[in-house]
Amino acid sequence: MLSAEEWGIVALSLKIGGVAVLITLPVAFALAWILARYRFPGRVVLDGLVHLPLVLPPVVTGWLLLIAFGPLGPVGRWLESWFGMTLMFRWTGAALAAAIMALPLMVRAMRLSIEGIDRRLEGAARTLGAGRWHAFRTISLPLALPGILAALVLGFARSIGEFGATITFVSNIPGETRTLPLAIYSALQVPGGEAMVTRLALLSVALSLGALILSEWLVRRTHSEGQRRGD
Amino acid sequence: MAIDIDVARRLGDRTIAARFAAGSGLTALFGPSGAGKTSILNMVAGLLRPDRGHIRIGERTLFDGATDLPPEARRVGYVFQDGRLFPHRRVRANLTYGHDLAPPANRWMSLEEATQFLGIGHLLDRWPHSLSGGEAQRVAIGRALLAGPEILLMDEPLSSLDAARRGDIMAVIERIRDELELPILYVSHDRAEVDRLATQVVAIGE
Repeated sequence: MLSAEEWGIVALSLKIGGVAVLITLPVAFALAWILARYRFPGRVVLDGLVHLPLVLPPVVTGWLLLIAFGPLGPVGRWLESWFGMTLMFRWTGAALAAAIMALPLMVRAMRLSIEGIDRRLEGAARTLGAGRWHAFRTISLPLALPGILAALVLGFARSIGEFGATITFVSNIPGETRTLPLAIYSALQVPGGEAMVTRLALLSVALSLGALILSEWLVRRTHSEGQRRGD
Repeated sequence: MAIDIDVARRLGDRTIAARFAAGSGLTALFGPSGAGKTSILNMVAGLLRPDRGHIRIGERTLFDGATDLPPEARRVGYVFQDGRLFPHRRVRANLTYGHDLAPPANRWMSLEEATQFLGIGHLLDRWPHSLSGGEAQRVAIGRALLAGPEILLMDEPLSSLDAARRGDIMAVIERIRDELELPILYVSHDRAEVDRLATQVVAIGE
């Protein structure tokens, strides 16, 4: 059904999407936890920064990444001299762009499920002999799990769909940064590319729809858990 | 066992204060709704920090100017008004939660003894959401007892139950008081409950 080249594109997209959500997961969870549980000065600013990639034109996000992580940028220069690592024009850079674009969605999904946890259950655990960390691990984290999984699925779907920030930051290099959307875009420029466009587009629709259904199911599970608790 | 409590805490625009000494048996904190009775239990449990005062149980100081033990170090069992069972753990895992955390020397009841004492052996594999109010409250009591507490706090444990279940749970509470001889601090606004259960009554007013 798909050619070797197209399979390569799919594999690259899945690799970039997978790495992107794994990088984002701990960061997004920490941010979601802080935003759900703590009131502090600057909270509104932090909330705004987290959501920025959601509303900013992706090309601007890509340009900002270029400035920060390019060979002359403050972070890019540091990575280069300490680790000999370059992100620009590499698949790792595509993963970083996808990670940043996925961050707001993942924080939102996790924050909702963290806010849904009855904090009094943690108090009950403490009176039963659990320290803070143990109560977090055995009560809060398992109760937040459906939201974490939903965030993973949504973030993954968002990552493999990333276009604007990716093409701005790491360009459109076959085999290195040419993910599904970039390949579709390229095929559209080539005469006779319609068949490939159709196949890749259908694949994108299937992946996105599957992710949405899966995350919706996970969120609903959290929800019914909450209702049961309210009995 | 001597219980010596003198606490005050400002919450919003009112001050909740209580000062009393209690012995063994069941000490009822009796007063109208909204008088801060639950807050007093929360201070004893370590879930709410008093602004000043002290909390002593037997030889141990749980709170004073210098000491503030975290809830997990207080050996204070707490039965909440709504049971507050962990929804993602079966009854068995709810019961053993505190038991597994307690140092063996502090445990004074086994899972078998607790399930027999409370008549909940047939519920062990159920999920909390499938329990009736009375069953859930029995499990909550068992969970608190199994953690090996030196004192039990009960916050209106009968308020969510119908009349028939109230009688059942009251009988359980009497047996905890008389057979297990565990000191109980019991919050209620119901005169009849207090008359039946209390060894000593402390009035908590505005």
